[in-house]
Amino acid sequence: MSGLVVNRLSVSHGAIKALRSVSFTVEVGQLAAVIGSNGAGKTTLLRALSGLNTQTSGSAQWKEREILGARPDALVRRGISHVSEGKSVIAELSVKENLVLGGIWRSKKSDTSAAIAEVVELFPVLGQRMSQSADSLSGGERQMLAIGRALVSRPKLLLLDEPSLGLAPLVIEQIFATIDQLRRRLGLTVVLVEQNAMSALEIADFGIIINLGEVVASGKASELIDDPVLRAAYLGY
Amino acid sequence: MQKVIETLLIGLSTGSIYALMSIALVLVWRSTRVVNFAQAGQAMLSTYIGFEIASRSEIFWLGLVFAIAAGALVGAGVDYFFMRVLFKHATSGPAAVVAPVIATLGLLGLIRSIVGLTWGGEFRSIKAPASTDGFTVGDGTIPFSTLDVLIIATVSIILIALALLFQRTNLGLALRASAYAPEIAQLAGIRTARTRTIGWSIAGGVGGVAGMLVTSNNFLSPYSLDLLLVFGFIAAVIGGLESMAGSVIGALVLGIGLTFILNYVGTSLVFIGGFSVLILVLLIKPDGIMAKGKARRA
Amino acid sequence: MESWPRARPAVRKKIALFILLGWVLLIIGDRVDELRVYQGAQMAMYTIALASIVLLTGYSGQVSLGNGAMMAVGGYGAALTLNNLGSPIWFAFLMAVVCAALFGALLGTAAARLSGPYLAGTTLALAVGLPAIANQFKFLGGEPGLLFDVGFPPERFGEEFTQYKWFFWISTFIALIALFMTSNILSSRFGRTWRGIRGHSLAAELCGVHSSRMKILAFTVSSALAGLAGAVLAMNISLVAPGAYALSLSFALVTGAVLAGISSLPGVVFGAFILVAIPEIADALAGRLGDADKLNHYLPGLIVSILLILSVIYAPNGPGENLRKHLRKKPAR
Repeated sequence: MSGLVVNRLSVSHGAIKALRSVSFTVEVGQLAAVIGSNGAGKTTLLRALSGLNTQTSGSAQWKEREILGARPDALVRRGISHVSEGKSVIAELSVKENLVLGGIWRSKKSDTSAAIAEVVELFPVLGQRMSQSADSLSGGERQMLAIGRALVSRPKLLLLDEPSLGLAPLVIEQIFATIDQLRRRLGLTVVLVEQNAMSALEIADFGIIINLGEVVASGKASELIDDPVLRAAYLGY
Repeated sequence: MQKVIETLLIGLSTGSIYALMSIALVLVWRSTRVVNFAQAGQAMLSTYIGFEIASRSEIFWLGLVFAIAAGALVGAGVDYFFMRVLFKHATSGPAAVVAPVIATLGLLGLIRSIVGLTWGGEFRSIKAPASTDGFTVGDGTIPFSTLDVLIIATVSIILIALALLFQRTNLGLALRASAYAPEIAQLAGIRTARTRTIGWSIAGGVGGVAGMLVTSNNFLSPYSLDLLLVFGFIAAVIGGLESMAGSVIGALVLGIGLTFILNYVGTSLVFIGGFSVLILVLLIKPDGIMAKGKARRA
Repeated sequence: MESWPRARPAVRKKIALFILLGWVLLIIGDRVDELRVYQGAQMAMYTIALASIVLLTGYSGQVSLGNGAMMAVGGYGAALTLNNLGSPIWFAFLMAVVCAALFGALLGTAAARLSGPYLAGTTLALAVGLPAIANQFKFLGGEPGLLFDVGFPPERFGEEFTQYKWFFWISTFIALIALFMTSNILSSRFGRTWRGIRGHSLAAELCGVHSSRMKILAFTVSSALAGLAGAVLAMNISLVAPGAYALSLSFALVTGAVLAGISSLPGVVFGAFILVAIPEIADALAGRLGDADKLNHYLPGLIVSILLILSVIYAPNGPGENLRKHLRKKPAR
């Protein structure tokens, strides 16, 4: 069974066509890095996959079931979690409440408690700040909380939108290492959208480069890193 | 000295009713970013229904229960049938900014007309559930009665119940999350549309209680809840539309303040007093007295 | 200023149009019965009132329910001037405008920092509380109000010239002048600036527009118009009382304005027509449905509310725009 199969996906954002006929496949358990500059359409891609944007045409299938046009909450129940860019934690709630939120759709509360315990094991710093307001966390800690909340819903497909945004270089390294670690441990399929192309490709199996709404290159991450033309154009050196 | 205490107590009783109204307004504002002026209409309808039951059964509390149920139903109905249609259609042009506001005002007028046509405009009264005679203190009586105690008690119970709902339950968490960050809530698996309707339903029920309590001591007519709406709105603004605790405090302060004006200056300045407070708060601290640094605007 | 030579013929055309309108209305006024003449006078009053809303809400984007209150200010101002100073009618109307403009400037200063629901709520509070305020102060005549008598029509018009016809002439004259001036203001740079700040005040500020000042100006001019309308209303019903300027008036005005096409000045004639027609329709309906009293009181409100809701949802920019869109679609086929 293949994982995420995107076929000729076009997405509009109001009157603007943000993505044009994008196609790619991500096998189960793989990490795909989607890179490109600002406004290239990367966020739009994730929003279409998680149900926030329904102005779509073409198809996207997860484990051979269509996901386009479905409601976001339905997709969460089907094991797809999207960590949106920028502010993805709710600052007015406590750390614990943010985590509980990830499992709020479940009828069995015990499953959520177990999932939260697992997340705290992964990110001990969250365990230390459970009752504090999410506002008081540092940038890196907030990112961990956002990812942690997504993990509480025990997803099979994780969509990450620019987790490194606004973080210090050292913290970025940690975040990427953590993402790599946990996807291997949990067997997750990950679509990682990043502007920080190098770091993303280094932990990825597969890379897709998007520019102005279209796929301009794709292939094994290692090959993309080694290609000098691509490096000059998109990786900055 | 005695007059001060009297005024304080009555102000507390009045203010607590305003608190219910302002909470309902804040609840809807936070979940939908709309100030629901039709709240007065919903409360009015619920109160008339509650009045029917109360006068037939001669039991005030039964009427109150029906008023809550009616309020919850009407609230849910307004969100489901009215607001959703509204947001789907009115999205562009110079009127888009003003459309939701005008629409809820239109709804207020609509409900008022329907109530008027069904029940007529005569003043009605409900038999109060408790004595409205003032307590005897020493030689004289103070205008604070058993009914006022009952009002304060009822409102307190409701406030505590709401606080527990919001802080301790999953539904409360979902309501808060959907109000603070609707997209994140959606991505966490919350059916935000349904949650919003529940929020409107709760607001409607609370409004029904407010209407019944106000009417227990006053006359009921298709216009009798207008002032309640205005003072509830002012209280919500004082607290900052974002904070329920703030609007409760704002309502109590307003209630006490207005009662002082009533007792020491006279009825003529009550409304002007309230209106001036509104203008002052909007000019000096538009995000409300309770607002922290981070604030959301219209 | 180089646009002035171009503007002249257009302005002259407008003046000619208005004079023509005036003649036509006068002739019509001669042919119809008393009730229609009275309704004509009311229609003229509504056009002025609706113009005030088009300016305030349609152009500068401020939703206010306070225009009913401003009409009251104008009405009371005119009545007080007429009754206490024994001045000529035109002076009373002028005072109505001045008083309302002053109050409008005051309200506008407070309101300039408000937006959306805050502004609506504040003006709603004003509209709800106005009767209470009017009731409190004795010199305003309390609930029964003050008399407003503009006197009989001049004798040279002859015996046949009724009181209501006189009202019709005065109100139409005032309405034409008011609409003419409003039309000029709206097509001037003021009008353009107001439309610029509507919903985009940040962008406007960056272009050097003092959006607060413009908003206050809009409130002032709008209130002046409303005050004028209030005085005309007072003349038509010969009375200034809090009941005439109740919350329902502000509702009716907003409804009329939405139906008119909230930013369309010509549309106010249509809106005014609807507002005058509604009580007629309600009357007819009430007659057929029986129980006249209750129905008479609440049916107009019901119709107004339903119209308001329907038009705000389906035709927020006025039915005119929907019509235009529909007509535009046809040629493509």
